[in-house]
Amino acid sequence: MTQSHRTTEPEHRKPTTATAMRLIVPLQGVVQGRGGLILGSLIPCALFYFLQFYLKRHRSPNPPSPSTSSSNLAGLPRTSSRSTLSSRGSLGPVRISARGISIAKPDDSPYYIGLNKFRDDPYDKINNPNGIIQLGLAENTSCLDLIEKWVSENLSDSIMGRDGDDLSISGITTYQPFDGMMELKVAMAGFMSQVLGQAVSFDPSQIVLTAGATPAVEILCFCLADHGNALLVPSPYYPGFDRDIRFRTGVELIPVHCRSTDNFAFSITALDQAFNQARKRGVKVRGILICNPANPVGNIIPRETLYELLDFAREKNIHVISDEIYGGSIFGNEEFVSVAEILEAEEVDKDRVHIIYGLSKDLSLPGFRTGVIYSYNESVLAAAKKLTRFCSISAPTQRLLISMLSDTKFIQEYLETNKRRIKKLYDSFVAGLKQLGIRCSESSAGLYCWADMSGLIPSYSEKGELELWDKLLNIAKINVTPGSACHCIEPGWFRCCFTSLTHEDIPLVIERIQKVAETCK
Amino acid sequence: MTRARADEEPKPISSSSSSGGGTAMRVIVPLQGVVQGRGGLFLGSVIPCALFYFLQLYLKRFRNDPGDPNDPSSSSPTQNTASSAPSRSSSSGQLTEHHGLPRSLSRSLLSPRNVGGPACVSGRVISILKTGETPCDVGSKQVEDDPYDEVGNPGGVIQLGLAQNKLSLDLVKNWLAENAEEAIVGGAGSNGIAFYQPFDGLMELKVAVAGFVSQFLGKEVSFNPSQIVLTAGAAPAIEILSFSLADSGNAFLVPTPYHPCFDRNVKWRTGVEIIPVPCRSADNFSLSITALDRAFNHARKRGLKVRGIIISNPSNPVGNVINRETLYSLLDFAREKNIHIVSNEILAGSTFGIGTEEFVSLAEIVDSEYLDRDRVHTVYNLSQDLSLPGFRISVIYSYNNSVLAAAKKLARFSSVSAPSQHLLVSMLSDTKFVQKFININRERLQRLYVKFVAGLRQLGIECAKSNGGFYCWADMSGLISSYSEKGELELWDKLLNVAKVNVTPGSSCHCIEPGWFSFSFTLLTEKDIHVVMERIRRISQTCKSHS
Repeated sequence: MTQSHRTTEPEHRKPTTATAMRLIVPLQGVVQGRGGLILGSLIPCALFYFLQFYLKRHRSPNPPSPSTSSSNLAGLPRTSSRSTLSSRGSLGPVRISARGISIAKPDDSPYYIGLNKFRDDPYDKINNPNGIIQLGLAENTSCLDLIEKWVSENLSDSIMGRDGDDLSISGITTYQPFDGMMELKVAMAGFMSQVLGQAVSFDPSQIVLTAGATPAVEILCFCLADHGNALLVPSPYYPGFDRDIRFRTGVELIPVHCRSTDNFAFSITALDQAFNQARKRGVKVRGILICNPANPVGNIIPRETLYELLDFAREKNIHVISDEIYGGSIFGNEEFVSVAEILEAEEVDKDRVHIIYGLSKDLSLPGFRTGVIYSYNESVLAAAKKLTRFCSISAPTQRLLISMLSDTKFIQEYLETNKRRIKKLYDSFVAGLKQLGIRCSESSAGLYCWADMSGLIPSYSEKGELELWDKLLNIAKINVTPGSACHCIEPGWFRCCFTSLTHEDIPLVIERIQKVAETCK
Repeated sequence: MTRARADEEPKPISSSSSSGGGTAMRVIVPLQGVVQGRGGLFLGSVIPCALFYFLQLYLKRFRNDPGDPNDPSSSSPTQNTASSAPSRSSSSGQLTEHHGLPRSLSRSLLSPRNVGGPACVSGRVISILKTGETPCDVGSKQVEDDPYDEVGNPGGVIQLGLAQNKLSLDLVKNWLAENAEEAIVGGAGSNGIAFYQPFDGLMELKVAVAGFVSQFLGKEVSFNPSQIVLTAGAAPAIEILSFSLADSGNAFLVPTPYHPCFDRNVKWRTGVEIIPVPCRSADNFSLSITALDRAFNHARKRGLKVRGIIISNPSNPVGNVINRETLYSLLDFAREKNIHIVSNEILAGSTFGIGTEEFVSLAEIVDSEYLDRDRVHTVYNLSQDLSLPGFRISVIYSYNNSVLAAAKKLARFSSVSAPSQHLLVSMLSDTKFVQKFININRERLQRLYVKFVAGLRQLGIECAKSNGGFYCWADMSGLISSYSEKGELELWDKLLNVAKVNVTPGSSCHCIEPGWFSFSFTLLTEKDIHVVMERIRRISQTCKSHS
């Protein structure tokens, strides 16, 4: 093997030295004339250096086309035997990439620690009455019966086709467009206008379907910002954003702190401040990520604020990503306005606005992993469609959803019942907390409430908050999300998701919190 | 035949290697007058420097540089595809262009300060959009617009460019008709399909997959379900491994010809580079450690850090399998260089073994012998093995705990929906069905392959030896007008637009020798083969009459 190397090397050098000669000859005049020794040696050296540089570049172009074959490859002897190579031994354990290491690190956020802990010891009324009760995952089980009924009635028709003909079998087994079947996009557009605003007609060609809202967020970040750029996010925000965005895109999140005195509504002044601060640090802000209705607080962004936000984005020339995944889970009296409705009503520049939607919350189907990017920007749509190769939805699921979403009567009934049931659960849960002296911030949407337990924490700090969280998890055995995981600036706030509880569970949860509350006081 | 090829080869080589010296001469000769005459020392040094500066500028502009995305010209409508996109054919009219975004204003009057133009998208996206459309994209689009149908559209385009197996769809169909409902509703209740599941796949499915993979490998390999991460298709599986094994700016060695999708799956979002390791027809395109070693050293000289090798076994598009001895040498090479091996075995369930070559999974070797396993990662494609590409379920099987931990977390971006998972759990647990499927599918694959290759041979087109996959890799260099990439793409264009068959040209697979084409035959019926052959015959006649 080494021998073959030796023989090939001179071939490499030959053309280099030959051209070098051709370069040096014309310079002789300079050297022997006025130039002197130093310049006479410096200039050829420099030229030779550049020449090498040039040749090097031209010799190894990155994507080699068939014409750049090197002649000496074919003549090489085949592989050397195993023993000679392995005798040199290994250089130690193989390393993985730095980003791989940082992702593989054990979880440090209380949000994920709680979720993991729940998985090991889940509460069950009969089998494990002392297990952990899950209030940390925004999941809605209150309308499971409706879904169950529909699926059992329609499953085989929707997946296999009404008479099991060949066409529908091909429909689920063969390759489909990565960004979703057109039928599903049409059905989704109809569903979105039903949920996000009857006044808006969503255009199926502006829809890109992804395997859950998580990749939808990531793809948008890839499309809108480069490594090292930043997005402004009003905080408290959904703890999953940290992973969705920071894991792979290299985009920074800059929290824009909202306060309890404003019921955690964000103000343009605060956005402007954060924007300027980032610019001073040399960070390029590429957009604002809002969650409407907000997660974890559950409040709704008023129409006027949305107008101001669009103006602000235009003034700074940045994008707006509006995560409206809870748009259909509204139980309060506040009116929900989708940013799409505002764009519909007025002729503003739309290409900076992108909406994220999904079926995990409003249709309580997180297992179906169906997310939506709705964008007005052609380039973003084109790129997102290409990137969906990494997160496409399985075809049987798409078929199932096409039938489900097209069944407008079922959807209508589902949405109404769902709102009613969430409202009922919310009322009884908040009333229970009130009895313990725990106040919740005003909210009219979402699957959670945002509770102020600052009266129970030993010290008014993040440390105090985490101590209480630890007690709730390990003593009271309920998993809630502490405000610090959501980047809330005020300590003592907790997010409690109540929609995976039944009405009988609520007194139990309140009782468990009470026990901890008593020890704290 | 191979000898004739070797004679032909030096032509393009000599022209390319002399070009470096040639341009250098052209630059230097006119300088002699200046230097020796009036200009003297000053001009003699300034002019070469200036020339060099412009040369650099020129080179920079013509390189496909993703690091320079905010070039204003790239956001305007442009038909310029990057130099890596090889389509210069008449179909290039369909290449992507993104539009200068029209701005509308009304409320902008309200805001006092004015704005500096439309919101711009990120540089990396511009570079993704700029890569334009490969011949594969162009071909697939034509098939979509004008698909062949024996009765309905006999003049349409026949798809031979998509790796999809329809041969055994009837078996799957029958199974689904009998079991689908039970599998989705009965097995788990909708409680199981509606709610959050672990992102990296249900444990039941992992267990079923472990059994299935050892079943189709037909060996005593034990797969550990806890080393499995499930993803939504092979593309994210490869991307996740690329993310976890290499940092931005690092590189993987990949033997060529390789499947065109690697360029997207490995490079697009990860910033990782691919270093092609050319394989040649003289060796039936099999991998040699010497070539790997050379590419490795070459990369190191360029300052690139090589983090691993990605192999496809059975190779895609050639279809040959890597023999046991080469796999051992590969493991030794990886150990010596301390790099990873990603073994892409997505066609492992579709081997049909003509001749003596048997398929050996890398997992089998690692399993049977204790080598340091940390560096070995395998990718399987369940949906491909079962002829269910629409299901999009793939498997990362790794022995490295850090990689598994990272992959499990990254699976949040590509998780499989629960109904499909439940469907597959029951399908894979039905071992009798699986065994029957594997056997019948293999038999049908082999029969069709033999037919297709025989048809091509009658036209004087030889295929490389193949033992698996949905392709045959055909040498049509006799039909191309010039022995170059250009000649190849001309033939591809003729096949697509005149003969109306969509095939994948070798240049899309980074094949170093022009004139090779990949034909995916598994979408055809035996009847279709005659139509395809007839169409190719017409083209080959026009090609021969020209020359």
